Amino acid sequence: MKKFKYLIPKTLDEAVSLNQSHEGSAIYVAGGTDVMVKIKSGKLAPDYLISLKHIGVGSQLGVNRETGALHIGGLVTHRTLETSSLIRLQYPIIHDAVQRIGSTQIRNVATIGGNLVNAVPSADGAIPLIALDARVNIYGSAGERTVDLVHFFEGPGQTVMDRGEIVTEIVVPKQPSRTGGAYQKFGRRAAMELPLIGVGVLITLEEGSNRCAKARITLGVAAPTPIRTLSAERYLVGKEITENTLNEAGKLAAEESRVRDSVRGLAWYRREMVEVLVQRMGVKCLQRIKETEAL
Amino acid sequence: MSREIKFVLNGAQTCVAIEDDWNLLYLLREKLGLTGAKEGCGRGECGACTVIVDGLAVNSCLYFAVEIDGKEVLTIEGLAGADGTLHALQKSFVSNGGIQCGFCTPGMILSAKALLDENPQPTEADIKQALAGNLCRCTGYVQIIESVEAVVDKSSGDINAVVRETGDSD
Repeated sequence: MKKFKYLIPKTLDEAVSLNQSHEGSAIYVAGGTDVMVKIKSGKLAPDYLISLKHIGVGSQLGVNRETGALHIGGLVTHRTLETSSLIRLQYPIIHDAVQRIGSTQIRNVATIGGNLVNAVPSADGAIPLIALDARVNIYGSAGERTVDLVHFFEGPGQTVMDRGEIVTEIVVPKQPSRTGGAYQKFGRRAAMELPLIGVGVLITLEEGSNRCAKARITLGVAAPTPIRTLSAERYLVGKEITENTLNEAGKLAAEESRVRDSVRGLAWYRREMVEVLVQRMGVKCLQRIKETEAL
Repeated sequence: MSREIKFVLNGAQTCVAIEDDWNLLYLLREKLGLTGAKEGCGRGECGACTVIVDGLAVNSCLYFAVEIDGKEVLTIEGLAGADGTLHALQKSFVSNGGIQCGFCTPGMILSAKALLDENPQPTEADIKQALAGNLCRCTGYVQIIESVEAVVDKSSGDINAVVRETGDSD
């Protein structure tokens, strides 16, 4: 294993300028659970690691009172999300995903910002956030910019981030009332597993009816990046949400997915599971809307 | 680059010089002589290296030693009393056959301890979830789960259940 120096900046700007002064030979690190594995295996060989754990921003988790938006700092760990009652009660679709990423030991350390910038096609953390129309705040030497999470990923391991940029925050806009969401990671084992397919569904119902006002159907491992299946979403809007319409949406989502054969599973099987899981997650959305209204 | 870090190790203030590229497992085993935490996979899948940092179970093989500065670390060596009396979890693993070859045991017990500290009345599902990142190659999982279940405080669990019901009816 190559030796490296570990730098501990105290501010965001210090982190960015350290990266500039070690251009090409430094990488940022937060929890380190992925970076450390890549260094051990030789996939990464930086001279410098720049820790983001002490820069004083990125650890916040809460709802902005004025806008109603949920703010998740880039350094928030999966475990913090998993154990947050705010997430469990008001954003169960996020809870569905984060509680099954890695192990407790990994979730205690690994950050949501790190999960996003790794940009693995299975990105469990990203699928529910895309369904929630999340945006990502990115900071670098040119200042801050905001990107819709659905446009953040460009390919396996590739994002729109420029060299030296840092994910500071994920912002989830306030959701309309009568919105329910659910995510299912589907793998061969119950634990310590990457998904064969990941399916997130978010549905908003019109007031006083079962008609769909808004739909999001997002898939992981169905393409080189997390995707939304727009034809399935469009199909649902304006329709009564029933088992039949959800079945149809599942079929459309399966057609739109670009699943492929891999060691974990075959494309035809993944396609069938998309169909099944879109329907099941849709039913769960309805249940969750009902439960919220019963409170 | 060598630097000095201070942290609390098994209750004792510790000051040690480290290199930037050391991980916590290396520091514990090779420099401090604490060989309870084991290296299994070295990549965060097996949990044999599990220790508790500021109350949270972590994989010490993926934890930068430098990040321990100012924190509290508990390893399996710090779990028994000063007089050698085993911790309730350790006793339970012994008496319930939760140990076979023993390689995964320190990690299993520390993951279980972190769980019980946070949630003294875990369900079987909670225990399985908390131990999902600890692999046992002897596959003695049934006895391991039973060993943890045996120390769950049943009596105070009943009290909590009553409190919860009262809360719900509000």
